[in-house]
Amino acid sequence: MDVPTLESLNLIVTWPAVGLGLWACVLLLLDLFVPKEDKFATAFLAEVAVILCFALNFRLFRLKPERMEAFGGMYVADGFTTFVNMVVLVAVFIGILLSFEYLRRAGIQRGEYYPLLLISAGGAMLMAAGRDLVILFVGLELLSIPLYIMAGLRHRTSRASEESAIKYFLLGAFSSAFLVYGVALIYGATGSTNIGEIAGAVKAGVLASGAPLDSLLLALGAGMVLVGLGFKIAVAPFHMWTPDVYQGAPTSVTAYMSVVAKVGGFAGLVRLFATAFPAIGGVAYWQTGAAVLAGLTMIVGNVAALAQSDIKRMLAYSSIAHAGYLMMGVAASATPVVREDAVNAALFYLLAYAFTNLGAFAVAIAVERDDGAGTRIDDFAGLGKTRPFLALAMALFMFSLTGIPPTAGMVGKFLLFRAAVQADLVWLALVGLVTSLFSAFYYVRVIVKMYLEEGAAQAQPVRSYLGAAVALAALGTFIFGLLPFDPASLVQGVMLLVGG
Amino acid sequence: MENTPITLVTVVTFLPILGLLIVLFLDEKRADTIRWVTFGTAIVTFLVSVGMLIAFDPADPGLQMATYYNWIPTLGMSFHLAVDGLSVLLVMLTTFIMPIAVVISFDPIQARVKLYYAMLLLIETAMLGVFVAQDLFLFYIFWEFTLVPMYFLIGIWGAERRIYAAVKFFLYTMAGSLLMLLAILWMGANAGTFNMTALLDKLAGGELVYPDGAETLLFLGFAAAFAVKVPLWPFHSWLPDAHYEAPTAGSVILAGVLLKLGTYGFVRFNLPLFPQASKDLAPLVAVLAVIGIIYGAWVSYAQKDVKKLVAYSSVSHLGFVMLGIFALNAQGVQGGILQMVNHGLSTGALFVLVGVLYERRHTKLMSDFGGIWQVMPVFGTLSLIVVLSSMGLPGLNGFIGEFTILLGAMGSGFISGWFTVLAAAGVILAAVYLLFMFGKVYMGPVTHAENRRLPDLNWKEMLALVALVVMIFWIGLYPAPFFGVMDAAAGSLAQTFTVEAPVEAVAGRPVVPIPPVLALPGY
Repeated sequence: MDVPTLESLNLIVTWPAVGLGLWACVLLLLDLFVPKEDKFATAFLAEVAVILCFALNFRLFRLKPERMEAFGGMYVADGFTTFVNMVVLVAVFIGILLSFEYLRRAGIQRGEYYPLLLISAGGAMLMAAGRDLVILFVGLELLSIPLYIMAGLRHRTSRASEESAIKYFLLGAFSSAFLVYGVALIYGATGSTNIGEIAGAVKAGVLASGAPLDSLLLALGAGMVLVGLGFKIAVAPFHMWTPDVYQGAPTSVTAYMSVVAKVGGFAGLVRLFATAFPAIGGVAYWQTGAAVLAGLTMIVGNVAALAQSDIKRMLAYSSIAHAGYLMMGVAASATPVVREDAVNAALFYLLAYAFTNLGAFAVAIAVERDDGAGTRIDDFAGLGKTRPFLALAMALFMFSLTGIPPTAGMVGKFLLFRAAVQADLVWLALVGLVTSLFSAFYYVRVIVKMYLEEGAAQAQPVRSYLGAAVALAALGTFIFGLLPFDPASLVQGVMLLVGG
Repeated sequence: MENTPITLVTVVTFLPILGLLIVLFLDEKRADTIRWVTFGTAIVTFLVSVGMLIAFDPADPGLQMATYYNWIPTLGMSFHLAVDGLSVLLVMLTTFIMPIAVVISFDPIQARVKLYYAMLLLIETAMLGVFVAQDLFLFYIFWEFTLVPMYFLIGIWGAERRIYAAVKFFLYTMAGSLLMLLAILWMGANAGTFNMTALLDKLAGGELVYPDGAETLLFLGFAAAFAVKVPLWPFHSWLPDAHYEAPTAGSVILAGVLLKLGTYGFVRFNLPLFPQASKDLAPLVAVLAVIGIIYGAWVSYAQKDVKKLVAYSSVSHLGFVMLGIFALNAQGVQGGILQMVNHGLSTGALFVLVGVLYERRHTKLMSDFGGIWQVMPVFGTLSLIVVLSSMGLPGLNGFIGEFTILLGAMGSGFISGWFTVLAAAGVILAAVYLLFMFGKVYMGPVTHAENRRLPDLNWKEMLALVALVVMIFWIGLYPAPFFGVMDAAAGSLAQTFTVEAPVEAVAGRPVVPIPPVLALPGY
């Protein structure tokens, strides 16, 4: 066996993800020298690392590499990876901004918070880059385990936080088991964990060893992986944990995991399904399954969100609904001619969703009181008068989640629905449109509370960091929805490479 | 297509945004400055749009003053704004109504002034954008965006049940829009472009062929959005609530312009994109339109509240517009568009009247008034003109529109002559409820002591009403220039439907020549 040289490992392309993880380890040590009462220095150092990784990743993105491989092709830094990395890094950047103040107010300033955040971000990035099922699994665990810890960060004062962490951990472990079992079955069917080789075997119908492909085993494995990842991204019917976990976890953690866990999960899902299981003439066989899951998720998420009176729970169900819209893109990508458009649409949607959802949670943090109360939607009454800028931003986020112009959410939805219609999934698009209408009920209710009802919403005096988080999110939501540039040009050329 | 530089159309569309930026930087406490900046912006926008009208060439049936920018070529989306004969009058209507809506808000709106005027300026750009957008995606953006400012206008500055009305307005309109979005997506996915010009070219060139049944479904998808907005019976139930709860300026904008987005949508998109479905479904639309005409008039008559009466009258009046459009001939379309303008002027004016009454007495019940003409003579006279115009009295604008529509409907090869007869009955019903209202509120003795010393119009109300009345007379007495502007475009649109229009279908009915009153120079 050849021993790979250092050059052939091509480590530089992995740095946005790996560097983040390494810096997290260093930061854990450095944090020992940061005083307990003020963790500003830790947060600051984490942000610096994020900016550096972003710069490096942006450079890789601009290179528009054909394909940059590392670790013998297990890790690919193509347009898809670098784009997802950008979304993740933006989300982490905003996530740290909004965490710092929240943690101080909630009295849970812990040094390990920021390194954990960075590690889980690295995990999400690995999931996007993994061209090997093993990398996918490692990325998933790196993403999840820090989140389990962070969800329970408030356990001393809040039973809900403790419950949230336990619930998330148990169900997360359960879903990981599904994923691993699925990976094992796929390996059994195709004789490889490399996505390129799997795709080759699927196309040819025979394994590299010459044995015929066991398609039942493969379908079972693919189904298991779908279930495992489905838990992570909260696709119905694997979504049951989401509301409790989102509500119980510290709000800054909820904000972060609602975005980054979803981005990572979807990146892995798209990478795997759009490349490893290609269509063999016509449409890939998993389209119907994905489409049914998408439809179900949109219905469940949107209908359940209607009944919520707590902003965190409402946003939890809303995040389920948005997983449904994204799933629609995944389903559309099963049609070969639409694949590129569908993947681009899903990527753009992830970007829009990251800005919008982080922003909405940042406003929720501003309204939440130090003891964790103040998360009811009623607590937003009169915000339009007491805090006009927060309310304006929140209105923008709500419109973006509904899909009203001029917001990024509207453009994203348009692209996704377009892909679905192109893939002849008109019924699915119709389900999406009707459920979008449902979603208008509950998003608009927040706006009604803020502007149309009297009340004295008592938002905390917003410090500059949280304010910056809201402003940044609002800016992103607005710019990507308004400026007359090609939203797809961002994701253009991002298409993942299939291949052997 | 080549990218083209910015034209007057684009300037007119986005001028209100410029004013909005100024307003946003003004201090909330300087309410008067905010009011005047908004008013100034609306006036300047109007003046520039007059310049646009002067530059407009009536002989050209195609798009004019186009701004084209290849926005998202990979998705077939373009930033394409232009006017033609079908839309130029509606652009003018919008820029004309807006200063009026601004000036009548000066006194009644005292709370959250900055937000209010920001919303007015936003909705102006959104509405103008709908009229000039020549790309389905761009159109959809403007279309959906009109929802947001109107939602706030009703919800914040409205009457008691404002939240209910605002949410109902929002959800009803959005439900329709989503079906249209699906149809737009289908068009874009199958034609590879969202640009209207390119779509029509592909349709004419046979590059875009609808599969069996698809044309009807697509027609219905678009129609869902437009029918709610018009509103066509039975999709009208949001309208009375929205009108009733909205502040005066909100009602004026709603009646004056916003409802026309729906009727305009039918003319701009449904007719040219789905000619066969338009022919097939014309009788259905005509049935709904005629039901709306009669039902709206009937319900208006039953109202005790002036504002509700005016609100329901819109359902009736817009039934006429729809009937004219789906006559599918040049006269019908021209009458329809002119009647859109007329309805904007007269019903806008009616809402101003209601606002004037409400400002003085804080009630809108007819029984609380009586003998107002004695107390406020100037107001009474202007009101009479407005009411007569809305009724369709010859010599005033409403008559010209309704007459042309009935003429078009009678000569149509696609809908039965009975519709014309029934619609004509609607004209009489309009006279019934409007004169009933006028009698109760304005005539007779002063029955309530509070009404004895009401001040007559102030200069702002006077300015608004006089401007409207001037237009009412102008269109009523000399409509030729208005027809002249849209003649070429309406003729070219109607040609789509005349190719195989069977002459036998109109046999037994003489081909009606253009009546002398319309055949003035320039026509």
